Amino acid sequence: MLWSALSLSLGYNATLVTLGSSLLGAAAGMAGTFLYLSNKALISDAISHATLPGLGLAFLMARGFGWDERQLAILLTGSAASAALGLYFVTLLTQKTRLTQDTAIGCVLSVFFAFGVVLLTIIQTVPGGRKAGLESFLLGSTAGMLYSDALLILILSLFTTLLLLVFLRPIKLITFDASYGETLGFSSRRVEILVLFVALAVTVLGMKIVGLILIVALLIIPAVSARFWSEKVDVIFLISAGFGMISGYIGSTISAISPSLPTGPIIVLCSFGVFLTSFIFAPQRGILAVALNHHRFQKTVHLTQGLLLVAQGQSIYEPKTHRLLRRLGYVRADGVATEVGNSMAAKTLLNERRWSHWNKLVRDSDQFDDQTVFSLMDIEKKLTQDQINMIDQGLVQKQQGQV
Amino acid sequence: MMASEFVALSLTPVLIAAFAGMACALPGNFLVLRKQALIGDAISHVMLPGIVVAYLISGRVTTWPMMFGAAGAAIVSVFLIEIIRRLGRIEFGAAMGVVFTAMFAAGVLLLEQSETSEVHLDVEHALFGNLEMLIWLQSDGWGSLLDLNALAQMPPQFFRMLTVFLLICLFTYIFWRPLVLISFDEAYARTIGTQAPLIGLLLVIFAAITAVAAFDAVGSIIVIAMILCPPASARLLTNNVRTQVFLSLGLALSATLAGYILASYAPLWLGFSDTVSAAGMISTLSGVFLAFSAVYGRHRKRIV
Repeated sequence: MLWSALSLSLGYNATLVTLGSSLLGAAAGMAGTFLYLSNKALISDAISHATLPGLGLAFLMARGFGWDERQLAILLTGSAASAALGLYFVTLLTQKTRLTQDTAIGCVLSVFFAFGVVLLTIIQTVPGGRKAGLESFLLGSTAGMLYSDALLILILSLFTTLLLLVFLRPIKLITFDASYGETLGFSSRRVEILVLFVALAVTVLGMKIVGLILIVALLIIPAVSARFWSEKVDVIFLISAGFGMISGYIGSTISAISPSLPTGPIIVLCSFGVFLTSFIFAPQRGILAVALNHHRFQKTVHLTQGLLLVAQGQSIYEPKTHRLLRRLGYVRADGVATEVGNSMAAKTLLNERRWSHWNKLVRDSDQFDDQTVFSLMDIEKKLTQDQINMIDQGLVQKQQGQV
Repeated sequence: MMASEFVALSLTPVLIAAFAGMACALPGNFLVLRKQALIGDAISHVMLPGIVVAYLISGRVTTWPMMFGAAGAAIVSVFLIEIIRRLGRIEFGAAMGVVFTAMFAAGVLLLEQSETSEVHLDVEHALFGNLEMLIWLQSDGWGSLLDLNALAQMPPQFFRMLTVFLLICLFTYIFWRPLVLISFDEAYARTIGTQAPLIGLLLVIFAAITAVAAFDAVGSIIVIAMILCPPASARLLTNNVRTQVFLSLGLALSATLAGYILASYAPLWLGFSDTVSAAGMISTLSGVFLAFSAVYGRHRKRIV
């Protein structure tokens, strides 16, 4: 069952929905990366909540004109229009008044959503309004989706993804460094409008599948997760698109084989699973890697300090240092250094002397900011043989001078 | 309209909404200044899983387990956001976005799986509240306000919201100076010895208490709107923080009164037979106030 779902052989609709949500996930991952890296992640929350009044108005207007008010295209157009208006208000409030961006986002999302709720209560009283199922847009529902609706979502998602791919280079450049991108002739304002348009399209198209309350997750979580894996903008875009795609794909297949599981929450929880994995296991930035690095660094500091004490013939009182040196066989239980310990201590002392001499040489030339961290490293791996020879000569001269 | 009818059907909803609105607006002033505006939004979303878990454990849809569940979920979310923000070195807004969407999704999933939808517990209820249901049938005109027996029959939400409002007032009064300090210049506040992180946490806790107490009566949407819109409007009207706080309370109160009338009476005057969502209308009006302040407010411009 799971295999047939994963291999897209579970019926036409399920296949379309799965393809659609994978594409949406990929587009959302890329648009979300731009928004996240330019500190605008939560603007998508305003976009998604601002769709509700447009949805209601489109329903009422279609009814008034005598069209089929359940036509997905009409409802989505209305939603897109009001989301665009909400987005415009957010920009206006942020730019023209002294309110901060988060306040503007919160005000727009709550007021638009509230007005949407008012419209929903009006629709409830309209004949047929109760059965219109507009509530399904809040949390998404793919059960009982029409074939034409699924196809519409798929085609528009494809279009959105393609649009994004065509303009990916300027988007990446502006994300990396807006002023650098400008010097290459790309307008950061236009790029931002384009990305917001894609975010809006993703929101509106995802409403039916994921629901408007949760669609914001697709624009935030993959991007945040991808950030853990790389420091390069190019790679983050790629990973984020992949994460979004996987979440959309797995989420919609799981809900296709067990229809009692709502699609939206499953997709969101899938992407949260991806996030957790990245948060814990990512190399460099994941918390395991950070903890491990921290532990290693601590160990090096203790070891270096302990060996320097041994070299100077002093006793070690710090219990952690003592334990570490004993475990490595550098000192005996009574604190006397072993033969290996003595030779390691001599080596560490030499390393330390070489570094401090080097630091004195380069102090004025600002080559190293972080001298303490460097002095923990093996100098022979950091500097060339010529430089070390020079340092050693300096050290010998200094010693002769003292004698 | 008869006075007895007004007191029975409309007085308590209006009062409850007014106290809820003002209780939200008060901490909202500082959240807006501290750039933590969206915390109300996050808390209102994460309450859902808390409520569902509380229902699954207690097996009943009663007030106190739900409140505790919601409060517990709010605390869990604040911790999660901090953990992700600090350990993952992620910006606050994005960390919040990750946590509240995931928790809300978990809540929806639990709700759908536990088949609790037939007992009156659904997402829409948590969002929209049931302001219009909070009627006071035992009353008999304005005199009932002095009648202890009738007062005892008032919807419990009234006393709860009143208590929370007074609590928030007390908190703001006692911590006024540190609150203002950490809102404008946290670094300076620290140097003169203010416990800035503690006060900041207390502020978030009190906002959460308000959100939890209010969602049952008036719904989450009004909470998010009232935490932000009245303080934001007031911020555009004055430069004085004391004036701003009182203005925001006034704006919250007027939005509630006007919104309730527009929702519950205006449609009937216009000849329609049904009313619209009062919570939605009140929040919408607070947005209209904000729009006016943004266009005409004396201090709307950023000083550069």
